[in-house]
Amino acid sequence: MFLKRIALAGAVSLMGSAALACSYQNEVPIKSLSAGFEAWKAVTDAMAECGNFQAELDQEFRKKQPAAFEANPSLYHIGGVANGTITPLLNAGTIRPLDDLVEKYGQTLKPNQLIRINGQIMAVAMMVNTQHLMYRSDVLADLGIATPTTWDEVYAAAAKIKEAGVMEYPLGATMKSGWNIAQEFVNMYPAHGGAFFNADNTTAVNSDAGMAALETMKAALEFTDPEVLVSDSTYVQQQFQQGKIAMANLWASRAGAMDDEAESQVVGKVAMAAAPKAVADGAPATTLWWDGIVIAKNISDEEAEAAFRLAMEGLDAETVQGANDAAIWLVDGYQPTEIAQGAIATATANPAPPAYPSTTQMGLLHSALGNELPSFLTGERDAAATLAAIEEAYTTSAKEAGVLK
Amino acid sequence: MKFKTFAAFVGPSVFMMLLFIAAPLVSVFIQSFQVTQPILEQIEVETCTPGFLTQTCTTEIKTVPALDENGKTITETRWVGLQSYQNVLQMDKFWSAIGNGSWNQIMQIDFWKALRFTLTFTLLTLPLVIGVGLAIALAVNNATRSIRGPVIFVSLLPFIITPVIGSLSIYWLFVGDGILTVMLERWSGQNISMFAQSWTIEILMYFYQVWHVAPFAFVIFYAGLQTVNMDTLESAVIDGASRWERLRHVIVPHLMPLIIFISLIHLMDTYRAFEVIVGFRSQAHVISLQWLTYDFMTPDDAGNRAMSRASASAMLTMIGIVFLLILPLRRTWRDHKGSAH
Repeated sequence: MFLKRIALAGAVSLMGSAALACSYQNEVPIKSLSAGFEAWKAVTDAMAECGNFQAELDQEFRKKQPAAFEANPSLYHIGGVANGTITPLLNAGTIRPLDDLVEKYGQTLKPNQLIRINGQIMAVAMMVNTQHLMYRSDVLADLGIATPTTWDEVYAAAAKIKEAGVMEYPLGATMKSGWNIAQEFVNMYPAHGGAFFNADNTTAVNSDAGMAALETMKAALEFTDPEVLVSDSTYVQQQFQQGKIAMANLWASRAGAMDDEAESQVVGKVAMAAAPKAVADGAPATTLWWDGIVIAKNISDEEAEAAFRLAMEGLDAETVQGANDAAIWLVDGYQPTEIAQGAIATATANPAPPAYPSTTQMGLLHSALGNELPSFLTGERDAAATLAAIEEAYTTSAKEAGVLK
Repeated sequence: MKFKTFAAFVGPSVFMMLLFIAAPLVSVFIQSFQVTQPILEQIEVETCTPGFLTQTCTTEIKTVPALDENGKTITETRWVGLQSYQNVLQMDKFWSAIGNGSWNQIMQIDFWKALRFTLTFTLLTLPLVIGVGLAIALAVNNATRSIRGPVIFVSLLPFIITPVIGSLSIYWLFVGDGILTVMLERWSGQNISMFAQSWTIEILMYFYQVWHVAPFAFVIFYAGLQTVNMDTLESAVIDGASRWERLRHVIVPHLMPLIIFISLIHLMDTYRAFEVIVGFRSQAHVISLQWLTYDFMTPDDAGNRAMSRASASAMLTMIGIVFLLILPLRRTWRDHKGSAH
């Protein structure tokens, strides 16, 4: 399904020269590399309408983007990034400041969309994304369960659903070994009051907050499918669509798929709420993300101008209105609907969840978490040993990367 | 053959091998003793990122690489001796685990965990591949001529399929909502989770590997069976040897060089097991040495790669293969010397 979509997107962008609904004809050949979810498909399709545009939609884009942008000339003109993946591009200085281009072509942009690093606009955001609670409103209503607001309530609700025999595994979780499971910890740990790093770049996860975060994560296993350590966002989305789970803390960008009649058996039955809190008076246990575009540095100014103009065509109100439910758009013209409520409630919560920290150290810690957490959840290692192992794995790679002496 | 003709034939191949095998190997070998780091500096950065309605700006001290006047990252390369090997092997942890007599603790160290799986995977599938390959070859050889073609074609199919696609197919058949799992669940009436614990994953992996490689052994054995000396076989029949005795004393000795050849290829290929890990998404439970190298090399979101540890791990994998190949190679060498004149 996913491959089909990519193939389709590729085909559509190649046909783009037909110039369907673009306000101008693009003459400079432009290429882009971005992630492959719905919102990017909508944006790149809109850009393709102007002609001479080739989009590459790839969920593994993060692996090739830094090297591709470092080439001279850069292999792509436009890059799709998120707050995690912009780090290597910023560090290597392979993306250009956009201030003059924004002034020339970006009249429709809202100040909120402009990602500023030391005052310079380095990226233009198009949407926010966050993991938040999705739940089967019908199942919860039938059993008289109020919408859970904390993880304890989520587990209590899951226990009720299991007891009532509605579902064997009422909870879904994006706990695939590697990036996904690490992200679960990154959601949970700050919500328990933890800080990731000390001032000297050593990690601080080996702490009480770390223990608490691990406990909360492990409590989920009682209610999740036994194969949860291979389940990524797409798998959880499918579990929802097939009516197998009742609750999950899942990406807002996946919400639209719940009401996709071609795929989903639960159209109209999945509601969104703020991400559950870890402690009653804390922030929702999640992180805020943005997705947006950057323009490569190693291309000519003419190409950069054409690329930015094209990107603005892709990020206009028309695109957003055509794919309103594909994302929580920041672009003018977006009408938040029912399915955006969870993400908006999460982002506007008080205290608000933190943005995902985009730093070199965080990349290293994320890998260490992804490799070391699974053996805690399989029961091979206890919480204290796991935190010590995470700290050690981070220290080794941080020393190799030169972050620690 | 004149040396000049010989050189003209072999030259291009030697050149390619030097360029694409020897040179990278030397470079990896050197890199495994080095660490290349960017020069980092700490600067204060103000970052403004969007919330849903308004922006939040934070000012923090960030550690970022320094850039030279051309905008390139300045890096420095240091010799670190065996440090990267130590980081991969974690000998201190290994010895303390041995001291505690705790197998579980050894299995917590990535390298040893990967080594354990890679070795069992390689050595357990070897006899199975040879056995199954030989069985198919004998069956085809004894089948009527008219159905031989189709049978060969069908038996070769698993070998033709790209390894990653093959392993993904098995994963999709057996994962939680896969066709086979659902069928088995309906039939047995209980919930089946093949990917929830390591032993079931490993069984599927062995099955996949034998399914995938046995056709290779079959083709080689089948070719070998065509050259079995019919006179010897017939005299064995006259002497009253049973089918099993003929196989044991005539056919297998005849095929021995081929068995060694297949063992060599299989040991080399299987020790580099990688696609089963990726295809089965088994990283939480089971990892292989080759996957470990790949994992070191894969950049994270911030673009960090552990190249030194990846190089060390790649060298260790190569050393492992050499050790495994010593036995069968010595035998081939002896046979070769014995039959030279």
